[in-house]
Amino acid sequence: MNIAQVITRLLQLIPVIIGVTFIVFSLMYLTPGDPVEVMFGGEGAVSEEDLARIRRELGLDRPFFEQYLRFLGGLLRGDLGMSLVQRQPVARLIAGRLPATIELTAAAILVSLVIAIPAGVISAVRRYSTIDKLGTLGTLLGVSMPDFWLGLVFILLFGITWKVLPISGRMPFGMEPEHVTGLFVVDAVLTRDWVALKTALRHLALPAITLGTSMAALTMRVTRSSMLEVVQQDYITFARAKGLSGTQVVLGHALKNALIPTVTVVTLNIGILLGGNMIVESVFAWPGLGRLVVDSIYNRDYTVVQAAVLIYAITYVTMNFLADVLYTVLNPRVRF
Amino acid sequence: MATATPTTPVDGRAARRRAWARTREQLADFWRRFSKNRLAVVGGVVLLLVIIMGLFAPWIAPHDPTLPNFRNRFAPPAWMEGGSWEHPLGTDQLGRDMLSRIIWGARASLKVGAVVISFATVVGIFMGLVSGYYGGWVDVVIQRLSDILLAFPYLVLAIALMGVMGPGFGNLILALVYKEWVTPSRIVRGEVLAAKNVEYVEAARAVGARDRHIMWREILPNTFSSVIVVATLRVAWVILMEASLSFLGLGVQPPEPAWGSMIAQGREYIFSSWWLATFPGIAILLTVLGINLLGEGLRDALDPRLRE
Repeated sequence: MNIAQVITRLLQLIPVIIGVTFIVFSLMYLTPGDPVEVMFGGEGAVSEEDLARIRRELGLDRPFFEQYLRFLGGLLRGDLGMSLVQRQPVARLIAGRLPATIELTAAAILVSLVIAIPAGVISAVRRYSTIDKLGTLGTLLGVSMPDFWLGLVFILLFGITWKVLPISGRMPFGMEPEHVTGLFVVDAVLTRDWVALKTALRHLALPAITLGTSMAALTMRVTRSSMLEVVQQDYITFARAKGLSGTQVVLGHALKNALIPTVTVVTLNIGILLGGNMIVESVFAWPGLGRLVVDSIYNRDYTVVQAAVLIYAITYVTMNFLADVLYTVLNPRVRF
Repeated sequence: MATATPTTPVDGRAARRRAWARTREQLADFWRRFSKNRLAVVGGVVLLLVIIMGLFAPWIAPHDPTLPNFRNRFAPPAWMEGGSWEHPLGTDQLGRDMLSRIIWGARASLKVGAVVISFATVVGIFMGLVSGYYGGWVDVVIQRLSDILLAFPYLVLAIALMGVMGPGFGNLILALVYKEWVTPSRIVRGEVLAAKNVEYVEAARAVGARDRHIMWREILPNTFSSVIVVATLRVAWVILMEASLSFLGLGVQPPEPAWGSMIAQGREYIFSSWWLATFPGIAILLTVLGINLLGEGLRDALDPRLRE
């Protein structure tokens, strides 16, 4: 894919993103209930005159399209509005939660790869063996299991029965490493705070394994089928004919090419994880963006929900775009 | 435009008989391929059992699923100390029978899965046919709308929609259908585009058949196998999404038993009563696994192309 194609593809994203902003804005505009009343703790908390004045000040009395354009203008300046409940800029609230979500996503992807790549490769190389059949059944189990339930089963086993891992939060209060990036694991390494590193990793373990296991199913499936395809290629037959051992052929020749579709799936998975681990974050009381959204829905803090849905959607679209680009960059035979 | 009748009535009857014989042959052929896949048959049987459980819940369930019994709260499953066969899977925090609640929970999951997928499939088929057959601006509008809806991570907008619209069965269906119709519509559209220039469609047009006749009678039947396979596999997904929403308290509302909300309630007592959250999860797992196995078997038997 040349630069012009990437740019065309990028330009095609613009109408999609504008459409997304429109849907998100309309959704919140049509929300029953008055945001100003939510702001002041419910119906009847403020007099009619005050309500009207505040609505005027916030521009909530303007026509729909004018409000939408102001919303878009704000977005372009990085202004996501004010939280109705927490009375803080939404952008600041979200920025505060982002590192936790990024850390969890990275760890979950790592877990999924550690499970999926060896499992996928072995399944493909030993096709129709017991290992392959177990692997296939495992992936089916993986896609059929609700991740929040898997999280609870892990809590039950590792946290309650065997008491080996913490089951909620990111770090006990006061133990956080010195703030550098906001990613506790990275910060602990950078500041050589090994106690904090151990605590951070222990807290990360269960949520990351929960998310990683559900992600691993799809990744393994893709790795297996692409590996099966690759081992039938001429150059693999040639490598075998040269007298290379099975392991050398698989690791040295086949794996590199077989992983191209895997890279795409992982990129898509990052999009899904960044944009949707609300449930697992809630189960483990992980203070990330997902938990913020769920809490905001319960609190009717709609400006936060609005901004988060928007960020999720834009991240998701961007990761899909990146997956497309990566796929063609890695596999020059594919052309748009 | 006058429509020419391509066949006389007598020919028509013979043609119908031939068509029926062909259909029967295809069905037999399908069953031969499907029944060879043992896991798919097992999946089908599991799903059938869950459907029976859901349909006949009032007769199968040993107790009223919503009736509390405060003297018998947190009774453990029968095989544990303190358990009894009166409540084989124990009771919950209000003393309600877990087994009965799980049986009734099948109803909620299947109802949502079936309604969402039927609705989405009908809308999807219609949109796909129109989009592919007419092309032009109709196609552009429908395709851009699909692109925009696909840009939302599934659960994110569903959660936001439920949060904004409030609980209720209609809202729940809407929150799950919003982009579910896109997949069948894209399949049908693809088939329409491929079929548009195929001989039998041109032949129908040449004998003067109308657009609507061509769309519904000539093109649509050819998309059925793909649509059925995708719909089956998507039911599994919708059931998982419904469970997730119910887990967050945004889906099926109490006192109606739903597996997702049962897990959410069980979570609060997970330190003392593990069975509250565990059994409903196993019910979801088995149901979704059954549907996935069945769906994959159908795919292999009906439409091996979809495997890619």
